[in-house]
Amino acid sequence: MKPLKTAAMAALVLGAASVAEADQVTVGMITTLSGGGAGLGVDVRDGFLLALDMAGEHDIRLVVEDDAQRPELAVQIAERMIQSERADILTGIIWSNLAMAVVPATVAQDIFYISPNAGPSPLAGANCHPNYFNAAWQNDMLHEAAGQHANELGYENTFIMAPNYPAGTDALTGFKRYFEGDLAGELFTQVGQTDYAAEIAQIRASGADSVFIFLPGGMGISFMRQYEQSGVDLPIISAGFSFDQDVLPAIGSAALGVINTSQWSPDLENDANAAFVAAFEEAYGRLPSLYASQGFDTANLILSALAGAEVSDKDGFREALRAADFTSVRGSFAFAPNHHPIQTVYVREVVEVDGVLTNRIIGTAFEEHRDVHGENCQM
Amino acid sequence: MTLALILEQLLNGVQFGLMLFLMSAGLTLVFGVMGLINLAHGSLYMIGAFLCAAVAGATGNFWLGLMAGIAAAAAAGALIEVAVIRRLYARDHLDQVLATFALILILSEGVRMIFGPFPLYLNVPDALRGTVNLGIVDYSLYRLALIGFGLAVAVGLWALIAKTRLGIQIRAGESDREMIAALGVNIRALYTIVFALGAALAGLAGALVGAIQSVQVGMGEPVLILAFVVIVIGGIGSVKGAMVGALLVGVIDTMGRFLLPRIFATFLDTSQAMGVGAALASMLIYLLMALVLIFRPQGLFPAHG
Repeated sequence: MKPLKTAAMAALVLGAASVAEADQVTVGMITTLSGGGAGLGVDVRDGFLLALDMAGEHDIRLVVEDDAQRPELAVQIAERMIQSERADILTGIIWSNLAMAVVPATVAQDIFYISPNAGPSPLAGANCHPNYFNAAWQNDMLHEAAGQHANELGYENTFIMAPNYPAGTDALTGFKRYFEGDLAGELFTQVGQTDYAAEIAQIRASGADSVFIFLPGGMGISFMRQYEQSGVDLPIISAGFSFDQDVLPAIGSAALGVINTSQWSPDLENDANAAFVAAFEEAYGRLPSLYASQGFDTANLILSALAGAEVSDKDGFREALRAADFTSVRGSFAFAPNHHPIQTVYVREVVEVDGVLTNRIIGTAFEEHRDVHGENCQM
Repeated sequence: MTLALILEQLLNGVQFGLMLFLMSAGLTLVFGVMGLINLAHGSLYMIGAFLCAAVAGATGNFWLGLMAGIAAAAAAGALIEVAVIRRLYARDHLDQVLATFALILILSEGVRMIFGPFPLYLNVPDALRGTVNLGIVDYSLYRLALIGFGLAVAVGLWALIAKTRLGIQIRAGESDREMIAALGVNIRALYTIVFALGAALAGLAGALVGAIQSVQVGMGEPVLILAFVVIVIGGIGSVKGAMVGALLVGVIDTMGRFLLPRIFATFLDTSQAMGVGAALASMLIYLLMALVLIFRPQGLFPAHG
């Protein structure tokens, strides 16, 4: 037994050495692949993989692990990826509470973290870090656009609602930052909540003229299904998270006509996006969501930086990331000094095309928009 | 705050409670009769919802889907009992928890392999769409129907346990397992039937609730936690306790979510009150459970009173 064990150990050590010699870059992806948030993580992963595939990239070793939407699990996986897998770059986290648990400790160990989704406000402001980049948005951004557009629609008395976690508070704060009307009511729900009867009753009784929600993943499906059955027919305005390709088939016709805001849409007109949407449909047999577009952009951002510098050259690699020298499916893309995107936010409407629910751009809420937290960021 | 709003919230609480009852009745029966802690009960709820969504999607008929959901959950329950659970009755609770937790992982992964990671579409049947006027409030017809379903199942379950031969065996099994086996009752078959019955109830709840929620992998676990709270409050093994506990949890949770933020809003600013109120409301039923455990550790209606 003992010699066998020693031999196995030796083989392992040799194996590890040969991996190191191959001069590969290891990217650790921690994302949500099970439970109610799985659709988001699957799309980020699939978008990321598609970008690597289209670039014909083989020098990146991608390690994917499921965090099951649990912060403590995400922390363990991050430690393992840094210690055992020797990851150079981490990415993938969907949920802001998980990002807040993982990112500060990761970047402090001189590992790069590039967010394909979560953008909690502390990481854009006071807790910003040179090794942290966000390739999606700061959380407030799409909700600010929803607040801005609510003004244009003439809403004066809106009922607003979000789950009680960092992205939920960011959502309501963002909406209120631009919305000029009154609030008919303001509610925090539980993360992962499935029954919204108590909330819908309050919306009914509030005398509101419109409803703003931020309920990503399964939460939005449950809410919309119940809202449709409740007989309340106030217009809903939302950020794109509750009305994108991951949930639209499950919500069904209840989503038709809902106005939502996003930095991306499948019908956004540019060559990179057309190629992305076609390739995604071909590879996976479904339309991409905004999460898939963010995974795709994140991978292309990393590839562009690797073309400019070795990941071991931390300062050079950081500069290469900051340059954001890649073609985003969003059209224009640039980093603000706090490493968060400066980008256009569009207004979309849910429509049915050939029997499939999807989104169509109907306007622009902001051009070259950046988040407000950057002014608290010193690095 | 109007009377109509309070009435609507009470109905919501009762409806939520009755759906919890469907879940906890099976859980408490299985514990009462077999002494087994079944963590995989939530997976049976998920199976009911997925089969209902798949069959309703293929045939366009919700009621066929509902039948399929119940049948699939019962069949899965019977299969699991024969293949796995049967070996666990003599083991201690820790082994049971470990094995049934493994079942959760296997069933969740299995459902994902078959149906994919994205939520399925399941809508309420055409006949139950829209709202109905109850005097001072318009209430969702489907939720009203859920209340009806819940009450009907409760009455049916009571009749089954109080009036039938199977019910006598179940009650006897709760009081003294060895004795009824000694009296010549086929205890293995009884166990399989009780487990399948509990599974069918979970499947029914999953399919009914699935129509107004997201049919997704892992949907059963949050409900399972609440069902455990219900049976701890009601008294483990008691169906009557499960009914009272479920209604208590349903109404307290709903009213807490509705009233607490308003109470805090009288002396805090709105955003703060919403945050504190929502946080405290989510703890309320666990506080209730803690109180019950302190003052009546055996639950409100202990099975072996």
